[in-house]
Amino acid sequence: MTRTGAQLLIDSLLDVGINTLFGIPGGVVIPIFDVLYDSELNAVLMRHEQAAAHAADGYARASGRLGCCLATSGPGATNLVTGIATANFDSVPILAITGQVRTDLIGNDAFQEADITGITRGITKHNYLVRHAEDIPRVVHEAAHIATTGRFGPVLIDIPVDVSTSKVDGELQSDLQLPGYKPNSVGNPRQVERAAELINQSSRPVLYAGGGVIASGAHQELLALAQAGNIPVTTTLMGLGAIPEDHRLSLKMLGMHGTPVANYAVMSSDLLIAIGARFDDRITGKITEFAEHAKILHVDIDPSSIGKNIKVDLPVVGDARQILLRLTPLIEERNRSEWWQQIENWRRDHKFSYKNDGKLKPQFVVQQIREVTGGEAIICTEVGQNQMWAAQWFTFKRPRQFISSGGLGTMGYGFPAAIGAQFARPEATVFEIAGDGSFQMNIQELATVARNNTPVKIALLNNGYLGMVRQWQELFYQRRYSHTRLNGNPDFVKVADAYGVAGIRVQKSEEVRPALEKALKIDGPVLLDFCIDPEENVFPMVPTDERLDHMIDLA
Amino acid sequence: MRHIISAMVKNEGGVLAHVAGLFAARAYNIDSLNVGETEDPATSRMTIAIRGEDAVIEQVIKQLRKLVNVIKVQDFSGRECVERDLMLIKVTTLPGKRGEVNDLVDIFRGKVVDISHKDMVVELSGPEAKVDAFISLCQPYGIREVVRSGRIAMVRGTKAE
Ligand SMILES: Cc1ncc(C[n+]2csc(CCOP(=O)(O)OP(=O)(O)O)c2C)c(N)n1
Ligand SMILES: [Mg+2]
Repeated sequence: MTRTGAQLLIDSLLDVGINTLFGIPGGVVIPIFDVLYDSELNAVLMRHEQAAAHAADGYARASGRLGCCLATSGPGATNLVTGIATANFDSVPILAITGQVRTDLIGNDAFQEADITGITRGITKHNYLVRHAEDIPRVVHEAAHIATTGRFGPVLIDIPVDVSTSKVDGELQSDLQLPGYKPNSVGNPRQVERAAELINQSSRPVLYAGGGVIASGAHQELLALAQAGNIPVTTTLMGLGAIPEDHRLSLKMLGMHGTPVANYAVMSSDLLIAIGARFDDRITGKITEFAEHAKILHVDIDPSSIGKNIKVDLPVVGDARQILLRLTPLIEERNRSEWWQQIENWRRDHKFSYKNDGKLKPQFVVQQIREVTGGEAIICTEVGQNQMWAAQWFTFKRPRQFISSGGLGTMGYGFPAAIGAQFARPEATVFEIAGDGSFQMNIQELATVARNNTPVKIALLNNGYLGMVRQWQELFYQRRYSHTRLNGNPDFVKVADAYGVAGIRVQKSEEVRPALEKALKIDGPVLLDFCIDPEENVFPMVPTDERLDHMIDLA
Repeated sequence: MRHIISAMVKNEGGVLAHVAGLFAARAYNIDSLNVGETEDPATSRMTIAIRGEDAVIEQVIKQLRKLVNVIKVQDFSGRECVERDLMLIKVTTLPGKRGEVNDLVDIFRGKVVDISHKDMVVELSGPEAKVDAFISLCQPYGIREVVRSGRIAMVRGTKAE
């Protein structure tokens, strides 16, 4: 059978299980889009390549499957960069396919040429420039393998247009040739035994679970370990949903905007058990005084994450699920009643709260979204206060329910990610909790949801500010609101309307519930413009480089 | 402390850029980097001489191991190994001085590989200190150009595992 490079590409993508991709065509990828014209592989036309990358990422996070995006050379490829970097930082498996100028023009500053493999070297797990069509099946299989094993991440494949159009005969090799790639997933048995000893000896242990638990599908195993040893669990932003947050063992999220009980517990612990987490500065606060009395046990698939930010007493390299499966049977039952007494006191004395002054409060909106969806919705967020309110107030039940740009903190991520999540999980209710600043960074995707009748519900927490930056200015820069007031915001309901998307404005607390119910009844996208208290803040808060237990709370 | 890191890599485009990019992105400072084919034409050997605290070196090695095209990474420090630099040096040889420079070349077991009226090119290999010493002894005659290969190294005795 004779096939072109473009056909080989689409066949190979189907082979590795990709049935949806997000993209925008352009000169050098016309041959690829031509194959997509009548392929079973569903291509979703986005309105910006950044959004295509985020949609692939949201698709992957919501489903645990490999996401895929496709863009043309030059500006198409460079527009993907923020999305690739976002996926890389949060270890999300996506394939980014880019077109490239003709092989003989590479390096000549040809029209729409960009050295995208060079540009993305530091923000991909690996990347390829394909020079021969017959290599495509192998490269796609390798890329999929690399993206979805070890510590997951994005892989980019750059394909010159002449490679896409050239014809190749016969069956081709797709065997992997990766002698240097052997992620260790099982972990060293001796280290696992030592880990059990440390846990059994500890009287004030805390489990600190990150995105790695969700990536590895280790949530049940995490709960089993916590139950076996009666160990409290706190999660990072990326780890939200790794344990049901209303579970007695859950202390909810830790860190800069985490719960006091989680932060106090970590700071007072004698053993911190980090699983698939990486001691980011938003978690540790002042790192030299972080969990000073604790031994650190660190389970991670990526050896380079261990000992990078903090000295670790016991490293265990491997896949979280595999290690937890072998660790839990070695754990002795302990009631740790003194520790729990202390934790219950903190939990009782320091609850999240906000002032009930009659104004429309974002926290209330998030709680109401939880209630109308029975706590089942997939929540995608933008970045800023909206993200933190969503994280603090929703109370997540399941992994893959909270989708947010954690590491890179990319404004404009949430809306296209929600589109991707909805394509991955058509039956699910998907909410995008947005800020007015961030939403405008990918607002053009209203066209995509309108065109596909993608039923994403956008809950815009409209405060008229780049709110999180304004909060910092209020607290640390004497209220000098330099360039954070979003004068010139559009009427979002009218914008939605112009795109053919239903828009609902909500100004009072009592309107929230009916508006949400109405939105859920609409079989299609809806934009809810919540005009919230403009100067509401996110509390508690640990100021940058303060000790983690030095939280300010002015609520 | 100074470390010699030896990395076996796939012999294909982009590997050098990956490794160099890794060092650049993390502001690691390398003394030298040498790349060459091995006994197997599908693989190349990179020898990296780098200074840094143990924690930094440990990160360097972990990061190198993470690269998909890097097959094996070893730290030679603390192991018995042969280390060599290769140098080509062009020394000014004014009339009457050529004999003196020739003597130096002999003492250092170097080789004169090119000669003209005004200068000569000497090839010299050896441990870093020896090469440095030769340069400094040539200084009084005038050095026109120096090219050094950077460190290459091999563990003594049985093949490094
Ligand atoms: C692409 C990008 N640019 C700038 C920032 C810095 N930043 C972080 S939060 C924020 C404000 C976000 O405003 P908005 O989306 O309205 O959310 P709010 O905090 O008001 O809820 C800014 C500008 C960022 N995170 N990402
Ligand atoms: Mg805002």
